[in-house]
Amino acid sequence: MAYDKFNIITSTAVPLPIENVDTDQLIPARFLKATERVGFGDNLFRDWRYNADNTPKADFVLNNPVYSGKILVGGKNFGSGSSREHAAWAVYDYGFRCVVSSFFADIFRNNCLNVGVLPVQVSAEFAEKIFTAVIGDPKTEIEVNLPAQSITILSTGDTEKFDISPYKKDNMINGFDDIDYLQSIKGEIEEFAANLPL
Amino acid sequence: MSKTLFDKVWDTHVVRQIQDGPDVLFIDRHLIHEVTSPVAFLGLKSRGIRVLYPERTFATADHNTPTINQHLPVADPLSANQLDALESNSNEYGISYWGLGHQKNGIVHVVGPEYGITQPGATIVCGDSHTSTHGAFGAIAFGIGTSEVEMVLATQCIMQPKPKKMRININGKLGFGVTPKDVALYIISKLSTSGATGYFVEYAGDVFENMTMEGRMTVCNLSIEMGARGGMIAPDETTIEYVKGREFTPKGEAWDRALAYYKTLKTDADAIFDKELTFSASDIEPMITYGTNPGMGMGISHDIPDAAQVEGGVATYEKSLNYMGFHEGDSMIGKPVDFVFVGSCTNGRIEDFRAFTSLVKGKHKAENVTAWLVPGSHIVEAQIKEEGLLDILTEAGFTLRQPGCSACLAMNDDKVPAGKYAVSTSNRNFEGRQGPGARTMLASPLVAAAAAVTGVVTDPRTLIEELV
Repeated sequence: MAYDKFNIITSTAVPLPIENVDTDQLIPARFLKATERVGFGDNLFRDWRYNADNTPKADFVLNNPVYSGKILVGGKNFGSGSSREHAAWAVYDYGFRCVVSSFFADIFRNNCLNVGVLPVQVSAEFAEKIFTAVIGDPKTEIEVNLPAQSITILSTGDTEKFDISPYKKDNMINGFDDIDYLQSIKGEIEEFAANLPL
Repeated sequence: MSKTLFDKVWDTHVVRQIQDGPDVLFIDRHLIHEVTSPVAFLGLKSRGIRVLYPERTFATADHNTPTINQHLPVADPLSANQLDALESNSNEYGISYWGLGHQKNGIVHVVGPEYGITQPGATIVCGDSHTSTHGAFGAIAFGIGTSEVEMVLATQCIMQPKPKKMRININGKLGFGVTPKDVALYIISKLSTSGATGYFVEYAGDVFENMTMEGRMTVCNLSIEMGARGGMIAPDETTIEYVKGREFTPKGEAWDRALAYYKTLKTDADAIFDKELTFSASDIEPMITYGTNPGMGMGISHDIPDAAQVEGGVATYEKSLNYMGFHEGDSMIGKPVDFVFVGSCTNGRIEDFRAFTSLVKGKHKAENVTAWLVPGSHIVEAQIKEEGLLDILTEAGFTLRQPGCSACLAMNDDKVPAGKYAVSTSNRNFEGRQGPGARTMLASPLVAAAAAVTGVVTDPRTLIEELV
């Protein structure tokens, strides 16, 4: 599915310094019943964000008006658990384009890259610096520069490089997805399939 | 060059390597269910492309299906809509569809192996992280997102960087009352939920060699809970005996060819792993989790550790214990239990029901416990009846439900109420996993049985002298 191209984002950030944020928190299973990709942002972090009677929980960061922006900064091992791409859809649909963490779960990272959310893995020290800066001053802007593969805290000038495969980087900058590529080599795939051991 | 089992299967399936990018990996068998496939089909429709190899994809409904009265229309309109979408999409694209009421319907990772869709040395994917289950057969099997489901439907390929390789060795004799579930929960407690992230695991050693296919499936199923994309066990006689003659297993000459391929599927003696870990079977006891991720587990006789003893932040740890209503230093023995769930792709197979039944035989379900026994498939359900287990269960005050994922992820009505405690044979104890506010303790079918008959967390070793 098409997503907006990603180049450089400069934005304030939302801090969520909790470890092992799992996909059941990102989007609980009972909200996976749609047959179309719409409205998932409303249920992002549903049970941390809302009480059982659907009133907002004042102490959850998404309900705190001082924090906003296109960048979500999470604790270590972000996105563990299920393969539900709905978790990445919910992040994107809410309005985040980038998730920063010192460690990502594998499938979630992959899903993000496929739907236009950039997972930026930073060192534990740099993640701490971001939390300190953003919690100290919620107006702190972070620049995520995909072409340069860098993330910078603009107020302090602290900066770090991040990894991404050149293939995925190119896809995100251009808004391409893997199906476009795979469709282009279909003949090769069919020839390959004819010679498999099973 | 020497290769690991993983290398052999992976390399056999690489269509093309992209410079500075992922491999294009061919997928032999693709399993789909109602929750993660509808948007993939929408994608196909909007691009105007067909399914390249419909005979390589199999559809079953399991995640949000009811586990009672399956002959009636599904009451929840959203679930019904997803089930209808799976049926109409499968029909439109010529995919085998095993919907509610179909004899082959059941949990995708239970029916796949039962019908021989799962084969050694195959690549298998599904939009479900517990696809790792099929690694028990020496297949490369892992969960994918919906975008990748669409890729597989359209091209039978996905694009993946080759993961690193880890081997986990366990030798020795498992103790009394220690099951494959305990082995897996033990490993996860040692590695944490991110300890194997970026790796594909091979399980080796006589503990795994001596396991049945059901036990191996339980272990491989939980690979994702240590962060690994998947885990696998080299196929041997036990594996071949299991797959032989099943409906979708190759037949005749194709079987001979397949058998020759299966026999190549083992790690070469001098192959190198990126990481290698060794544990001792004698260190493992029946396990139970006390927190809100599967890494927060321990031997059932231990006390909940102090924050200082565990890796990770104190705030996260305290949040977790607070959610569970537990405290550092608490013993798990005697903790209250309101619900017991036996089932799921982790422990919903015949062996699990045999174990559960062996312990509850001649005893009675505790008054305060609501028990949900949910077989993984109709084959498991039939075996439970044929082997006389149902009679024993009925006698002990239990009833059997119909196949499905059920309370593992509580997408249907099988939800544990807020604040209530469940001992569950499933795979995740995340906050709200079994229902908003539900508190889950993961354990083996034996620990679940001990809880079911005593009404509190109980060491199963204290209840019977001779366990199966």
